[in-house]
Amino acid sequence: MTDYDAIVIGAGHNGLVAASYLAKAGSKVLVLDGRGQPGGCASNRQLTEAVTVSDCAQWLGQFDRDIIKDLKLMEHGLLLGETKQTIALQADGNHLTLEETDVSGGGLSADDQDAYRRFRKQMNRFAKLIVQLYKKRPPKLVDQNWHDRLTLLKLGLGLKLLGREDMRDLMRIALINIYDVLNEHFDHPGLKAALALDAVTGSTMGPRSPNTVFSYLHRLAGNQLGQQGLCQVLGGMGALGEALAQAARSHGATIRLNSPVQSIMKEHDRVCGVKLDSGEQISAKIVMSSADPVTTFKSLLGYRHIETGMARRVEHYRTRSGTAKLHVVLSGLPEFSGLPATSLSHRLVIAPSMDAMESMLNPAKYGEVGGQQLFDISIPSIEDKALVSDGTHVLTSLVHYLPHSPKEGWDSLKPRVLDRLLDQLEGYAPGIKSLVTSAELLTPADLEATFGMTDGNWHHGELSIDQALMMRPFPGATQYQTPVRGLVLCGAGAHPGGGVMGVAGRNAAREILRGGHLS
Amino acid sequence: MSAESRDHMLLTTPFHSRIQQACEINDWGIWMGYTTPNAYFDVELEYFAIRSTTGVFDLSPINKYRITGPDAEAFLNRMVTRDVSKIGVNRVGYAVWCNDAGEMLDDGTIFRLGPQDFRLCSYQRTDEWLGWCALGFDVQIENESEAIAALAVQGPTSCTVLTLAGCADLNQLKPFGIAHYEFEGVPLAVSRTGFTGDLGYEIWIAPDKAEAFWDRLFEVGRDYLIKPIGSYALNIARIEAGFLQARVDFVPAEEAVRPGRTRSPLELGLEWQVDFGKALFNGREALLRQRDEGCRYRFVLLDVEGNKPADHSFILKNGKTVGTVTSAAWCPTAKSNLAFAQIEMPHGAPGDELVAEIYYQRELHWTRLLAPCKVIDAPLFNPARRRQTPAPPH
Repeated sequence: MTDYDAIVIGAGHNGLVAASYLAKAGSKVLVLDGRGQPGGCASNRQLTEAVTVSDCAQWLGQFDRDIIKDLKLMEHGLLLGETKQTIALQADGNHLTLEETDVSGGGLSADDQDAYRRFRKQMNRFAKLIVQLYKKRPPKLVDQNWHDRLTLLKLGLGLKLLGREDMRDLMRIALINIYDVLNEHFDHPGLKAALALDAVTGSTMGPRSPNTVFSYLHRLAGNQLGQQGLCQVLGGMGALGEALAQAARSHGATIRLNSPVQSIMKEHDRVCGVKLDSGEQISAKIVMSSADPVTTFKSLLGYRHIETGMARRVEHYRTRSGTAKLHVVLSGLPEFSGLPATSLSHRLVIAPSMDAMESMLNPAKYGEVGGQQLFDISIPSIEDKALVSDGTHVLTSLVHYLPHSPKEGWDSLKPRVLDRLLDQLEGYAPGIKSLVTSAELLTPADLEATFGMTDGNWHHGELSIDQALMMRPFPGATQYQTPVRGLVLCGAGAHPGGGVMGVAGRNAAREILRGGHLS
Repeated sequence: MSAESRDHMLLTTPFHSRIQQACEINDWGIWMGYTTPNAYFDVELEYFAIRSTTGVFDLSPINKYRITGPDAEAFLNRMVTRDVSKIGVNRVGYAVWCNDAGEMLDDGTIFRLGPQDFRLCSYQRTDEWLGWCALGFDVQIENESEAIAALAVQGPTSCTVLTLAGCADLNQLKPFGIAHYEFEGVPLAVSRTGFTGDLGYEIWIAPDKAEAFWDRLFEVGRDYLIKPIGSYALNIARIEAGFLQARVDFVPAEEAVRPGRTRSPLELGLEWQVDFGKALFNGREALLRQRDEGCRYRFVLLDVEGNKPADHSFILKNGKTVGTVTSAAWCPTAKSNLAFAQIEMPHGAPGDELVAEIYYQRELHWTRLLAPCKVIDAPLFNPARRRQTPAPPH
């Protein structure tokens, strides 16, 4: 007799989604997390007594609408803000405004505007195919069963229905880079860079890196599954974590925070439970890990408990990330040159050109920090006043590309880099530095330490075609179940991967229920 | 490596100066990058030295890895299919190892020199795989292939000869045991192991004493008709004894290019090597699946009628090809024509009667022979002296 049917390691969004679906189906589920709040990367950070901000993820756009409905997250307190535009800040103040199907401003040519419409439509047609695949477990190409064959059949049919030109185009671009594709369509360097940013966020890929078309399509697929445009979670991303925790509890799942898992225990040839840092041992029929695959196999289970080939795959699994997080508390609302105050609550991105992006990536590749970075900025306190006390504001930004382990070490480097980032912001928003009352930089190494993600990679492993779909995270562990009996992957390291989607968690739970592994 | 050997593409072993002198017919081959004799004077006479007196085979090129540390046993146990904890100190065990797909990578022997001290002898270079296997284990792995010279001393008089060479009470050593001696101030290890299926030993010594030991051995062995033997003679002996040879009887998985060409231990008649009672070893999941779902091939010993070796023959059942021969030889002592074959399931159960399609040539005249053959369940050569302790005197 085990203590639980299933133990879920990690109360991140995927862990909680998986737990909710299992609990909803009647299983006795325990969720364990080392942190004091649920949500994982969808959580809040208290910057000062009066200022709260989304800690890691800052936008919601890819969270599966079906999950929101199935788990009644709205009833559990989830509140979403209005859909945001993306405003690509230009050095000359002639900014671009990108929406789902239209782009304006910046002296864009009519050709570029037309091209944008066509490009988004075509890319969305491609992404729609991926969406089909994302909703299901990834089909195996060999040893298929009927379930997998049906998925492949539908994919084939979807490809065919694209028509000859689209199909040819998809085949042509699927494995190349976003740099070449965007250059085929557009002239405006700022527009191309703003689009390319979506293809490289959370990775160490530049626009010219292979696989960036795929990662762009991944983003669009999430968008189709999710909110069809970015928005803020009111109360910060932590409110999503709380709502998910509420949902899980309402179905009977137990959530224990501040309970870090030290290791996954095995009895003979199957996983039998977990051991906490406190020494406590808890047994279960299965253990579902929403931790990334490297943490799961290397740290929690240990290489000596898996076969060598699997250990080798884990070692080869790519997890680098060049994404950092900047939190800034401001004594007032900043002004960005050329940007009306009404636009400040939208998503502000700084990405001058694709070539500039490549140049910014170069130092990071070699463990150095360059002078210029890419920004993906949110000032959530404009729409959500509850995050701050009167008059103050909080700015939070994703910053690319900072290395995980700079040669110099982050201790001495961090204050200088933080200064440099603020200087760079000052260039777009003169006077912003004088408003700064406190600022904090979370490097990829900090994100790793805080959220337990290897290399601080929120995708739980680079999203490239060789680590995606039927090969995510790697052969042998692709359909949520792993070669280790009783160990299941349910985090972003499993299909369909990273971003606040929740799909991996739901698919994993479905797979377990479908296989009757808990009965 | 001597300056001389650097002048050639091939390496030479520590015994080379003596081998070169002894190799009367200059029939050289290549083994693991070393120049090694195929035959010294006459393959059949060399073979008969193994079976009647003492044959000495230079084993130095074999890959030797020293595995030490607190996790040494656990490390090996995860790597190989058998239970290593059952190999006692100063004992040797045959072992095979697979990748995650249950495909044979290699076979070899594990020498347990201490509780946390092992030597793995492998046919293949295994440095990289050992490195991967070491992830997560507290072990040190050292390739000591060049640091140890080795000779196989095999045959009915081998115990006597080695005893005269200074290995006192060697006759007390049990099969698969290891005894430690000293020779001219350096350690000399003797294991009662071999590749001939006969009474025999393997000796392990520092390379700089290799020649001196060879000289001593041949000096005391002269009256016992000691002979150096080449790889051809050894091959006959190992087939007669029913021993597999990597790269001949199976393709090591790391070398296989074409899908389906690898073999699992279950398909090589090595079920006895696979301990499913162990919670984990490389290939366990795949082999369990194969055990339940069935193998593609069965590895069999065939007793072939007549005296024409069934080299590379197709094996037929009711006129249909069901398999091929991987090794074959006329075995003089067993007086039988033996072949190893891979037979498609479900054929090849012990007692099954098959036909070997043998082609042979006499003076440009090719003959096709359809030789009846029978699947036998054990090698025909298995003398009592191989197992007896004390080893019988000669």
